[in-house]
Amino acid sequence: MKGLALAATQVVRSAVSPKILGIIGLLAAVCLYTALASPNFLKVGNLENVVHRTALFGILSIGVAFVIITGGIDLSIGSVVCLVGVLLPWLLVDHGWSVPMAVAFVLGLGAVIGLVHGLLVTRLGLQPFVVTLCGLLIYRGVARGITQDQSQGFGTGYKGLRALATERFPIFGEGGFELPATTLVFLVIAVAAAIFLNRTVWGRYLLALGRNEQAAQYSGINTGRMKLLAYVMSSTLAAIGGMLFVLDINAAQPSDFGNFYELYAIAAAVLGGCSLRGGEGSILGLLVGSALMVVISNMINLVHPRYQNVEFAIIGGVILAGVIADELVRRAARRRPGSGS
Amino acid sequence: MPPLVEARGIGKQFPGVRALDDVSLSVGTGEVVALIGENGAGKSTLLKILAGVQSPDSGSLLVDGQPVRFRGVQDALGAGIALIHQELNLADNLDLAGNVFLGREPRRAGFIRTAQMHREAAEWLRMVGLNLDPAMPLSHLPIGRQQLVEIAKALSTRARLLIMDEPTSSLSARETETLFAVVRQLRASGVSVLWISHRLGEVKELADRVVVLRDGRNAGEIPDRSGIEHDTMIRMMVGRDVDRLARRPSHPPGEVVLEVEGLRTPAHPQHPVSLSLRGGEIVGIAGLVGAGRTELLTTLFGVTPAVGGRVAVAGRPVDLRTPRDAIRAGMALVPEDRKHQGLILEMAVRENMSLVSLWPESHAGFVDSRAERRLAEQMIPALAIKTPGDRQAVQFLSGGNQQKVVLAKWLALKPKVLLLDEPTRGIDVGAKAEIYDLVHRLAGQGLAVLFVSSEMEEILSLADRALVMHEGRIAGGLARHDLSEERVMRLAAGGTGRQSA
Ligand SMILES: Nc1ncnc2c1ncn2[C@@H]1O[C@H](COP(=O)(O)OP(=O)(O)OP(=O)(O)O)[C@@H](O)[C@H]1O
Ligand SMILES: [Mg+2]
Repeated sequence: MKGLALAATQVVRSAVSPKILGIIGLLAAVCLYTALASPNFLKVGNLENVVHRTALFGILSIGVAFVIITGGIDLSIGSVVCLVGVLLPWLLVDHGWSVPMAVAFVLGLGAVIGLVHGLLVTRLGLQPFVVTLCGLLIYRGVARGITQDQSQGFGTGYKGLRALATERFPIFGEGGFELPATTLVFLVIAVAAAIFLNRTVWGRYLLALGRNEQAAQYSGINTGRMKLLAYVMSSTLAAIGGMLFVLDINAAQPSDFGNFYELYAIAAAVLGGCSLRGGEGSILGLLVGSALMVVISNMINLVHPRYQNVEFAIIGGVILAGVIADELVRRAARRRPGSGS
Repeated sequence: MPPLVEARGIGKQFPGVRALDDVSLSVGTGEVVALIGENGAGKSTLLKILAGVQSPDSGSLLVDGQPVRFRGVQDALGAGIALIHQELNLADNLDLAGNVFLGREPRRAGFIRTAQMHREAAEWLRMVGLNLDPAMPLSHLPIGRQQLVEIAKALSTRARLLIMDEPTSSLSARETETLFAVVRQLRASGVSVLWISHRLGEVKELADRVVVLRDGRNAGEIPDRSGIEHDTMIRMMVGRDVDRLARRPSHPPGEVVLEVEGLRTPAHPQHPVSLSLRGGEIVGIAGLVGAGRTELLTTLFGVTPAVGGRVAVAGRPVDLRTPRDAIRAGMALVPEDRKHQGLILEMAVRENMSLVSLWPESHAGFVDSRAERRLAEQMIPALAIKTPGDRQAVQFLSGGNQQKVVLAKWLALKPKVLLLDEPTRGIDVGAKAEIYDLVHRLAGQGLAVLFVSSEMEEILSLADRALVMHEGRIAGGLARHDLSEERVMRLAAGGTGRQSA
């Protein structure tokens, strides 16, 4: 309970940051526009769906944010989502593994993947971009190979497990807004991540080494181990995300399941205030960034369904606009108090 | 004739700080002016305004008597004012000529005219006393000479006023001499120089005129060479007398705290170093830049692993592979380069101070923010750090105050052995004396201090004894009663008997 209170104050405090205010404004504007342009946006079912998808992508972006804070990048998230997404039904349905075994295996696999990335980056000194780009190719290839490119799903079984992603809680009584279970999973992860980042020594170490790795080392921080931890968190959260995605959709096509999800996650993190130079990031920002991505996609579906094939272009344009606006605001702020020395 | 450059009634406000308040300054043609003042007095800010890096909130700038407005560094360059950055603005991977003409390469149809560029660069380099091949990679030059390259670059833009912010703080004595010779030569050819220094000896040696700032205001001027005296300058800067050469009484040494036997650093593996330090002792390491002093400290601190040898702290052998091992054994290092090794510039004063003591003060990994705040509240007055608050990002502090934050961070750890590498670089006279007092007081509580310094005054007034290094080995030790500038210099030069090098 104390932890929750701490996190709440943290959220409130970081909400004051002007950087996040801009993106909150953008989110509000897109929501307003969509609500005015389409009567379906504010329908309960649609809102539930938006919240649900925000939670799923939010989980991925929290993971990648840890890596971005260290000044690295993780491009393998979408492929990890795919690998876990096809392995889980494959192990359960085709190979008859028990639920705890299969779940433990896929999450463990995520952790091991992150560990390998981290070791390659910290011990061998390989560049994060290269390591995780190779990961992106390898895991998707493996997923397609294992399943012979066959779509995987749970059929009508495993209702209990699938409830983790599909359950809705009617918090406003019958017929009102029902809270998707994934939101709760996301909230637990987000609160834990916010506490970790803002309240623990390790979170402080991550932020410090993202800004100045050498000074962090001189301060006795085991920067290698902290980075390793970041990669493990990223891949593990991608695995959790992959599991929830497949439980929700009940069908994973190895050739395109999770395609481009790493880019959604990275974009959400960048929009939410993470600098690719490292050392910056807030969990609330990630939430808003993820929501923005989901709402834009929702807007295209509802308002401009004919433009669905240019969805990527629209998303790209909005992100670019957000980043440009952010940079301009920062420059204006810098001009006023002058540049430091 | 109007002065070359004049600033009138300059004001500059930062959030929470009035950096400059109605400050005026002028520099005549061929004049060498020193700008001095305490840490945070506004010196760097004033220079940045003159060089077009920052714009003033109020007041005006005049060049040759004509009002000007600089909207950027380019405008100032156009008016003949060039700032030599303290963090040198050079490209390591280019050759000397490429650096001199960076961005202004003589070209035809997009191709660089290499031969012409090299010929002209060689001329500019000669003007600053560098008779070097312009095709030589910059990275082959030591830092002091790189600074001369930067000056050559400024001259090649036809600069009439060179502005330098603490140019000598990272130079060796010999490099400083070269720089001064170049400045004198420039003066003779009509180029003006305006520079900041905390080393009053240099000011006395070189300046034609001294301008003093205090708390963002003009605090006086010494109009001619004959009036430039240490005591006068200090009184104008600090507003009181500072006994800068006070020798503090040695403490009776206690048990051996640091024992180093045959330590071989990667930089000079052929010279094993042995030394021992008792609690309460303050030992200075003197020597020329490049003598292996910094390498000795970084190896002792586990930053660069030793090639061989043994180290024991308080009688217990320690295996030094990372700074963490050293910290755990009770050592602390205030490193040479505060921006890269000492500070997380974007983080708050408070967070920088607590970075190393965060873990011992934490509860199950949770940061104790109350302890963190207490630390800042205790250290800021103790070291007289000038900051609007402990949540200010360190990058907005003046150079000297940043250095104090690094000191605070390591003192917070209450180490047994304190290693200091140029501990008062960029710190003003008054604060220096305070820091010496502090170190001395801590030694009185049993702390062993090993410090490297290129400032003779610092060795003479702070050290109980000195070790002098030469080319990677300890050339000799001098007990306090043997300690003199001449003896130190002789050993530093390799003990050949020459008086200085
Ligand atoms: N960009 C900035 N934002 C906020 N405060 C600033 C900024 N730059 C300088 N200051 C403040 O303005 C004051 C003057 O700073 P300045 O760097 O000019 O001092 P200085 O005289 O050069 O000191 P030092 O001898 O320590 O280098 C200081 O209190 C400093 O903290
Ligand atoms: Mg300064």
